[in-house]
Amino acid sequence: MVVKIEPRPEPSKVMQYLSPLIAAVLMLISGLIIFSLLGKNPAEAFHAFFVEPVNDLYGIGELLIKASPLMLIGTGLAVGFRASIWNIGAEGQLAVGAIFGGYFAIIFNDSNGLFILPLMIAVGAVGGMLWASIPALLKTVFNANEILVTLMLNYVAVLLLALLVHGPLRDPNGYGFPQSVLFGDAAILPVLVEGTRLHLGVFLAFGGVIAGWVFLQKSFTGYQMRVAGLAQKAATYAGFKYKKLIWIGLLTGGLTAGIAGVLEIAGPIGQLLPSVSPGYGYAAIIVAFVGRLHPGGIFLSSLLMALLYLGGESGQMNLDLPSAVTGIFQGLLLFYLLAADFLIHYRMRLNRSRLEVN
Amino acid sequence: MDGDIFIQILVAAIAAGTPFVYAALGELITEKSGVLNLGVEGMMLVGAISGFIGMAKSGSLLVAVLCGMTAGALMALIFAVLTLTLMANQVASGLALTIFGVGLSAFLGLKYTSIALPGVPELHIPFLSDIPVVGRLLFSHDILIYSSLVLFGFICWFLYKSKAGLILRGVGEAPKSAHALGYNVIGIRYLAVLFGGAMAGLGGVYLAVAYTPMWVEGMVAGRGWVALALVVFASWRPLRVMAGAYLFGGITIAQFHIQGFGIEIPSQLLSMLPYIATIIVLVLISRDQKSIRLNSPASLGLTYHPNN
Repeated sequence: MVVKIEPRPEPSKVMQYLSPLIAAVLMLISGLIIFSLLGKNPAEAFHAFFVEPVNDLYGIGELLIKASPLMLIGTGLAVGFRASIWNIGAEGQLAVGAIFGGYFAIIFNDSNGLFILPLMIAVGAVGGMLWASIPALLKTVFNANEILVTLMLNYVAVLLLALLVHGPLRDPNGYGFPQSVLFGDAAILPVLVEGTRLHLGVFLAFGGVIAGWVFLQKSFTGYQMRVAGLAQKAATYAGFKYKKLIWIGLLTGGLTAGIAGVLEIAGPIGQLLPSVSPGYGYAAIIVAFVGRLHPGGIFLSSLLMALLYLGGESGQMNLDLPSAVTGIFQGLLLFYLLAADFLIHYRMRLNRSRLEVN
Repeated sequence: MDGDIFIQILVAAIAAGTPFVYAALGELITEKSGVLNLGVEGMMLVGAISGFIGMAKSGSLLVAVLCGMTAGALMALIFAVLTLTLMANQVASGLALTIFGVGLSAFLGLKYTSIALPGVPELHIPFLSDIPVVGRLLFSHDILIYSSLVLFGFICWFLYKSKAGLILRGVGEAPKSAHALGYNVIGIRYLAVLFGGAMAGLGGVYLAVAYTPMWVEGMVAGRGWVALALVVFASWRPLRVMAGAYLFGGITIAQFHIQGFGIEIPSQLLSMLPYIATIIVLVLISRDQKSIRLNSPASLGLTYHPNN
């Protein structure tokens, strides 16, 4: 063998930061290959997918709109993931947050009160947390696997949303379409920059990321979560209450996903629809991993993931590229990251044949 | 209730349970080797669309089955390289596999969404199929259902009567000891993961080619995750996997029959049934932590490498 693989004496700090970059570059290269396989000019398709969506102010606004729920949920999930608590249920928690927030937008539809938006966000957060408390309760009391429970609840929540907009929350004057009334102005997040759709919610997302950073890096509970993730037994010996960490890990995911649900319906959507998320809850899992479960990294990876969504839309409009390509890119990105992480613990060395000098 | 309807429901429950049978028996073998592959949903989806394309292009069920199994195994290969060779986290890699499979299957299926396939005919067995009640119940199915029963028999024999099965279980229980005895732990795990992928793919083929012979994006609709839950529910035993699969087949079709009886329940509420049932079953089975610990393969989900 010319290349020798050997374990590193200790994990490489450099590779910790480099491997998401390697993954992103590999994903972009795969993009070029996929585009040519689809019979498109790779350079042109690359431009349409990754550059065109963000080369004007409107595009930047769209990027931040899509990145907001991703960074918010990604940060919330990272709290649990650090302690090896696998909340895969953000998609459902987002839907329940949207139901709760949307309900208040609908019943206060005639009011102009300034209280409506804060109320929607608060109840959305409560809704997401309530939905996340189901797996937390079942895990702490009955030891039920949180991956499977959160996942099953995604399907239930999405069906619940569909049920409500087909029934009780449907617009009575909407010709029977499964959608709620359009929210009043007081229930819509104000636009920040003219000529874009960028709304106030982006600050909420930034705030969430910063709060997550403080919690994870500076608080004792955040430290406990990290220790529990690395060695659950050690954490138990140290007297950390793992059940408490399970609750915190799942509820932060529910909290952020619930708020993100409100951001969607009070932002770009403006009403309740049978579907309020293009898979943000699942994409946020990738965002959390690619961001190294660190809020700073999550901020950056949410921008990349948002670009993939925008690129999918732009590629579909301009080049007739199927938007399903976005899903492939998302999956590939995570594959490459997991593969590149090998280099954190191992290194490759060239085996040079040494010449004996006499 | 009319006896005839009862038989009808049972026959339908067997058909609806068959995707679970394939996927869960495949995952059972994977988990027996000590590897937890959470990518079943993704492998089923890619298997489903690959089988569908194979059927649409060739008209041959055999081609469809081979396409679906190969696609499922290739998906599993990605997972195996990540977790077994590159030692990536199994939970994260399985999730990645499902996310990738959802995207890939949607992409592959773009041109096939409006095509209907002829379906797979029931196998008529002379004499046996004509017996009243029993004939309908046992001998009125298509060949993929019978082959799922053959698979079940094979897996029972393999796990408990064959030497290879004993080695597989050994690898899952104590990889270090298996390695010390000279077995290639990583190689055996590769095979187990690939087998699981091929079976998940076959379960997908059954869905898209025989059960509802058409392609709808995301048509597996969580069955891969239910299959994962079934393995836990079955305490890693093949016979219980079968029982669970048909039970869940029954729950899946219950929604259609409840509406058939003229009971007015919104369809979305009925569609929630299988998911809620999965949660309830998980809770019931997980309460007994000791039994889970005794029955699950001891090294399940843990990364192992002989050089460490």
